Amino acid sequence: MSRIARRFAALKQDGRGALIPYLEACDPDFQTSLDLLKAMPEAGADLIEIGMPFSDPSADGPVIQLAARRGLKAGATLPRLFEMVKSFREQDNDTPIILMGYLNPIEAYGIDRFCVDAAAAGVDGLIIVDMPPEETGPMQGPAKAAGLDIIRLIAPTTDDNRLKLVLSHASGFVYYVSITGITGTRSASDEDLRAALPRIRAATDLPIAIGFGIRTPEQAASASRIADGAVVASALLATLAKTLDPSEQATPSTLPSVLTQLRELAAAVRA
Amino acid sequence: MTDGVRANSLRNGPNASGHFGDGLGGRFVAETLMPLLLELDEAYKVAKADPAFHKELAFYLKDYVGRPSPLWFAKRLTDELGGAKIYMKREELNHTGSHKLNNVMGQILLARRMGRTRIVAETGAGQHGVATATVCALFGMKCVIYMGATDVERQAPNVFRMKLLGAEVVPVTAGAGTLKDAMNEAMRDWVANIHDTYFLVGTVAGPHPYPAMVRDFQSVIGDEVKVQMQEAEGRLPDVIVAAIGGGSNAMGIFHPFLDDPSVKLIGVEAAGHGLDSGKTAASIERGSRGVLHGNRTYLLQDENGQITEAHSISAGLDYPGVGPEHSWLHEIGRAEYVGITDDEALEAFQTCTRTEGIIPALESAHAIAYAVKIAPTLSPETLLVINISGRGDKDIFTVAEHLGVKL
Repeated sequence: MSRIARRFAALKQDGRGALIPYLEACDPDFQTSLDLLKAMPEAGADLIEIGMPFSDPSADGPVIQLAARRGLKAGATLPRLFEMVKSFREQDNDTPIILMGYLNPIEAYGIDRFCVDAAAAGVDGLIIVDMPPEETGPMQGPAKAAGLDIIRLIAPTTDDNRLKLVLSHASGFVYYVSITGITGTRSASDEDLRAALPRIRAATDLPIAIGFGIRTPEQAASASRIADGAVVASALLATLAKTLDPSEQATPSTLPSVLTQLRELAAAVRA
Repeated sequence: MTDGVRANSLRNGPNASGHFGDGLGGRFVAETLMPLLLELDEAYKVAKADPAFHKELAFYLKDYVGRPSPLWFAKRLTDELGGAKIYMKREELNHTGSHKLNNVMGQILLARRMGRTRIVAETGAGQHGVATATVCALFGMKCVIYMGATDVERQAPNVFRMKLLGAEVVPVTAGAGTLKDAMNEAMRDWVANIHDTYFLVGTVAGPHPYPAMVRDFQSVIGDEVKVQMQEAEGRLPDVIVAAIGGGSNAMGIFHPFLDDPSVKLIGVEAAGHGLDSGKTAASIERGSRGVLHGNRTYLLQDENGQITEAHSISAGLDYPGVGPEHSWLHEIGRAEYVGITDDEALEAFQTCTRTEGIIPALESAHAIAYAVKIAPTLSPETLLVINISGRGDKDIFTVAEHLGVKL
């Protein structure tokens, strides 16, 4: 059983959903993002998404755009990212790590080599925003061979026919994009989420996480109950950004601020 | 646009999933947009097969855009260069001053058929933005144009035009504030407003079906050249030269000639300060395959797959990618792609103005510059067509600045 499947199974036993925080690699620098990554499980992260910075994140809102820009400025590359995950795995062999990003940097690195190196570093799953099932051909084999789950996005616009197609290419868990929009902008209401979930539930046995627009502990708690997990990204990155000095460097309050927020989210999810 | 499909034709692409050749093109977008692209693909197929749609488009192209545009024999330039016989396809005479309206008119009619009421578009030089704002005024639709902040500054006349036409112009400060960043922002707007919004792409790039659809709407240029050259010279042209940013004017004039192997097709990229200067927009000549803005094509990128900033004096060519069909024509060798520097384009801008009384857009000046380079090496029987994709009124401030003239 993969780390992702093990973690969701264990949480099901505990009777709660997962809290899935997001951080951007090398934001604002390699060491700070590594320290943050390492501190996240203790602060309540059940799975962790790490953003792979890309110059043109066309599905992301301003908060993640800026985080990606800081990451790139601090020298984020895929080898640096693998280094982060490797270092994390020295202390934590249970918390699943999902890489999220865009296809071009992966293709530039080489798809086969990327899958092999990511798995070797201790990565469990991939969310590649601009790679729909129709364009997954070249990634399917190498990801499977390396034991990496390809986590699929499902949107409110995904109709029933497409849902079948998307799910036939999904593994690990399913990521429900709760709004039609970009990251960190609007939020879906509980009502919308409750209406949307049964259709996906009926079509898959995979766990379902909800993301886009989840900011507050209340929203995280509610989403993690309606589905099987809640992804919080922009809200944490916005907190991190607020603690940086004028030259966008980390300050003594950077880690504590983000981790305090994460603890509050975790407390609500576990309440 | 309604040519029958024949085997072995180079005009049959892309395939059903939007791919040209070995994996170029395609649909690389977030899941939220996939159903919309499939809907658009379907709506376009239906329109393409509907004679009423073509009739409606033909009406607007003739009486509103002002087509057909003339094919002008550039006698003085021909005499001055002393070689090939140079013709100019006068796309700058279209309403709004460029080829952009051909595509925009097609897509706005499609958007109306689809029941959309709000249009978003990206623009670089502002020509596509002006064309889009124009048809939105014509049909009473809401219009939002995303334009890089740098371009807003260097294309001020077009920004004012768009505002007069009733469009909201949103300056984009991300990245270098040019066309690539405007494209990202337009995509973000579309995904957030899918219920009423149509994304009106201005070039032969983006996710399928845009590259094929924009090409189809622009192919009126090449279709006319074929007829006009037949009337003027009784045969096909020998060489066609067109400037390439995303590549819509070039694809429009190339496509009807793809199956005529005697016709040499030359796409002129903006070399900027020089192909090897690091300040260039020559995606085919100095880029490599990659995925950006929904399609796989040639891109300017670093070794980590991060997209690098393009540079050109011409805002309309200042884009680190190129339409996927051009990438394919390059890979199979059907079209040749070359570079022209900022300085060469400036020189050609003046040459054309002085000899023909036609002030070309800086984009088109790149095509002219390459024609000026090769014409003297060709025989006087050679028929060379330059696509004058736009007029240069919008560029006089930029040109004056480079010539050290204060306006």
